[in-house]
Amino acid sequence: MKHDKIERNIGLMLVLILLAISIGGLVEIVPLFFIKDTVEVVKTADGKEMVRPYTPLEQRGRDIYIREGCYLCHSQMVRPFRDEALRYGHYSLAAESKYDHPFQWGSKRTGPDLARVGGKYSNDWHVKHLKDPRKVVEGSVMPNYPWLMDPLDTSDIAARMKALRTVGVPYSSGEEEYQRNVQTFGEEVAKTLRIEDAEANLKEQAQTGNYDGNKADVTEMDAMVAYLQVLGTMVDFKQFDDDYFATFR
Amino acid sequence: MAQQSSNQTTGHVWDDDLKEYTNPLPRWWLWGFYLTIIFSVVYWLMYPAWPLGSSYTKGVPGVNSVKYVATTKDGQQVEKTTHWSTRAQLMADTNAAEGKQKEWFDKVAATSYDDIAKNPDLMQFVNAAGKTLFSDNCAACHQVGGAGHEAGNPQTNQSGFFAPNLADDYWQWGGTYEEISTTITGGRTGFMPAKGLAGSLTDEQITNVANYVLSLSGEPHNADAAKLGDEIFHNPGEGGCITCHGADGKGVPSMGGLNLTDKIWQWVDVSGQADEAGKVGVLHTAITGGFNHVEAMPKWGTRLKPEQIKLLTVYVHDTLGGGQ
Repeated sequence: MKHDKIERNIGLMLVLILLAISIGGLVEIVPLFFIKDTVEVVKTADGKEMVRPYTPLEQRGRDIYIREGCYLCHSQMVRPFRDEALRYGHYSLAAESKYDHPFQWGSKRTGPDLARVGGKYSNDWHVKHLKDPRKVVEGSVMPNYPWLMDPLDTSDIAARMKALRTVGVPYSSGEEEYQRNVQTFGEEVAKTLRIEDAEANLKEQAQTGNYDGNKADVTEMDAMVAYLQVLGTMVDFKQFDDDYFATFR
Repeated sequence: MAQQSSNQTTGHVWDDDLKEYTNPLPRWWLWGFYLTIIFSVVYWLMYPAWPLGSSYTKGVPGVNSVKYVATTKDGQQVEKTTHWSTRAQLMADTNAAEGKQKEWFDKVAATSYDDIAKNPDLMQFVNAAGKTLFSDNCAACHQVGGAGHEAGNPQTNQSGFFAPNLADDYWQWGGTYEEISTTITGGRTGFMPAKGLAGSLTDEQITNVANYVLSLSGEPHNADAAKLGDEIFHNPGEGGCITCHGADGKGVPSMGGLNLTDKIWQWVDVSGQADEAGKVGVLHTAITGGFNHVEAMPKWGTRLKPEQIKLLTVYVHDTLGGGQ
């Protein structure tokens, strides 16, 4: 085909540009869907999946995390380098964000990486830190988020879970899917994934977990702290050889 | 211009006199381009690159392998050689770096707490490595120097954050090496039940106990009320305060009971009150409400290695100071 023809026909050029660019994406991304090592196998000794979808409360916390734009300053991916391992802990696994829609990997770190922040600080620390970071960390440049103490709207949690179910997160609708989750994750986890019980589960976790220091109410802070406290804690790395996850690459 | 105009043009003429030359690319640029193509072919062969169905090419064995020592979950050391990957490379990097530190960490692990403190070489390592570990993990609450945060008055100042001062010589959960190690490994959660151990104290009884608590540290108080409070404090069926605060009021470290005799008021702002009524008042509020959302220290046993916890124990005990 003569170049002349392409340059004089903008519609044709558009199609050809799209084709040329998509080759790069197709070659790099599509094979990952078929390579079996892409997502690591992370199972307990009795064959249950360690990485589970977020509970309703954690999922609401994640939504608030995204709403507040936390990802603009915080990444959620510990890269496989020694300096990162020393500061943050074990590198992140692909399996650990398989239920994240959208994932929060990121590369912008004005604040620290949060992929393994779960369990590192107390609930109370998080509450005070989110309300006014400088109360606990002198010189922090993080904004205040005092409005997280507002009540949490729990009414639409089932709809949110249904939406995630549509894109492949195994929240269960009906008995058959629930039984499948019992097989995959164990009964305790499977109960938290039932869309039918979503709102009740959410409130129960907020009250028993007492994330914001007040059992009586369910605030956005409850959800946010519950989410932060689960980050990076689902995989128990002590159950694996320390090079087990290297064998997937 | 004369030289350029002798070159060939594409033949098009735009806007009457605008033409485009068809000069060849500079030779150095062209060779550079061919070199990048050759580089990419070598790269494809050396590193994991091409997808093959459910697998992928893994480089040339022997040419670009990574050797490392893995530790199995049972603690066995296994030497391995594998194709290049960032994760295998990290294993090798970690082996090399930890090899240098290992000698020192092994010494820390094998030496008793007291002997570490007496050994200047080991303490130099503890100071250096401990500072990094402390900054990464502990300083968010206890501050870099271990000064912690004062609670102020939790009754009125809900945003006050409390983290114990680790540089002084007061230890809520005990200041021996063993106690500090237990605290780091398992974390701590403070708690005080409302209205006494059984939760059954009346308003008047609480006032009496408040007076008795004030008498322990020589604060102004009503002696008659304090005498009544003394009994309630010590009676396990009533106040039951001795369970955590001890019969002498000096605190039971294993329970995290605060010392009530030392005039250090970490949770109740007694020293900030001008008169007896005020002091009784804040204590009354504290005993009535108890403390059920006090800061919990996370457990580090799952996050840090035993030798790191041992090193941090010595760092907190000796470098920050005040250990018992």
